[in-house]
Amino acid sequence: MHELGITQTIVAIAVDHAGGARVRRIALEIGQLSAVMPEAIRFCFDVCAQGTVVEGATLEILEPSGLGQCRQCGQRLALSQPFGVCPCGSTQVDIIQGQELNLKEMEID
Amino acid sequence: MCVTCGCSDGAQTTYTPVGLDRGETPAAASTHTHRLADGTLVTHTHAPVHPAAAPAQGHHHRPGQPQGTHLSLEQNLLAKNDLIAAQNRGWLRGRRITALNLVSSPGAGKTTLLVKTIQDLQGEFPIAVIEGDQETTQDAERIAATGCPTLQVNTGTGCHLEAAMIERGLEQLNPPPQSLLLIENVGNLVCPALFDLGEGAKVAMLSVTEGEDKPMKYPHLFRASQVMVLTKLDLLPYVRFDVDRCCSYARQVNPDLIIFQVSAVSGVGLEAWYDWLRAQR
Repeated sequence: MHELGITQTIVAIAVDHAGGARVRRIALEIGQLSAVMPEAIRFCFDVCAQGTVVEGATLEILEPSGLGQCRQCGQRLALSQPFGVCPCGSTQVDIIQGQELNLKEMEID
Repeated sequence: MCVTCGCSDGAQTTYTPVGLDRGETPAAASTHTHRLADGTLVTHTHAPVHPAAAPAQGHHHRPGQPQGTHLSLEQNLLAKNDLIAAQNRGWLRGRRITALNLVSSPGAGKTTLLVKTIQDLQGEFPIAVIEGDQETTQDAERIAATGCPTLQVNTGTGCHLEAAMIERGLEQLNPPPQSLLLIENVGNLVCPALFDLGEGAKVAMLSVTEGEDKPMKYPHLFRASQVMVLTKLDLLPYVRFDVDRCCSYARQVNPDLIIFQVSAVSGVGLEAWYDWLRAQR
């Protein structure tokens, strides 16, 4: 359950940047191949935010889909797991999208 | 106020959802250009405060409420751990210590292989161990019985080691220069994949008493590892485990994976594993 620690980090970063103002909204980017479950983050968020300026903030989570690029032929392919097989037969697929784990932005009063 | 250039988000500003397909050009992107005092031109796009078209879940309009201040942060959520891991890596490199992060599910035979490895190799070079478990010092005691300097880190409810734990562990254990530092992570095939400790390589361990498709089921960890050690090979006659299929699954997840097949009990395959350890130093 690494999501609890990650949610604590989210709240800590937000509190740090809010400068005492109330946080209205936080936008996260959690890639679909990042091994982090957005539902678990949502579950932890209210608890972690309690008693801080983040309490009551809207949590937006953008989930970029997985995208790979074949090292052999350069073709791009959609990935639903952090690995894949290119139509050319190669398993040498680099993940170029879907592993994001960012606090993108927030809105304060 | 925009944190990139200090411009204000005025009423004329339109806001655009981010995180959509990179190929799309959002219809109402608020891209604009500023000239800073020193003449530098800054062209940028404001990320959304009002993501009207965003597919994001759980977003609410608040009509009638004044516009808030919008901060663009773009901060990686693992940045703090990664920074401490980088410091650990420097600390280790300065002392020419090779650190390996051993990860597996509980019961894969990490500690047994560690004890055997230490017994066989500690005459060649110094070895130190950081032992991660949620509770008890039993594993550390087993390892310390070999005479090897050992530190137990109990994570309590934590399901993985983090770089800060290793930072404190290095201060306390103070492994000798040019040693091999073996970090036994908490038994868990999910979380340790995300947390860099500053190691030279992650070594995933998998025993033949587990499912041969584990690399496919837990791809993050096998993808993040440089090495896979298949353990308990002496039990192969008693279990239904297709070694070739397991290795093929593992290579599908991570084509660059180095695979060793060993038994700490019978000794089979250990020499290849030891040669690899020697070569890391």
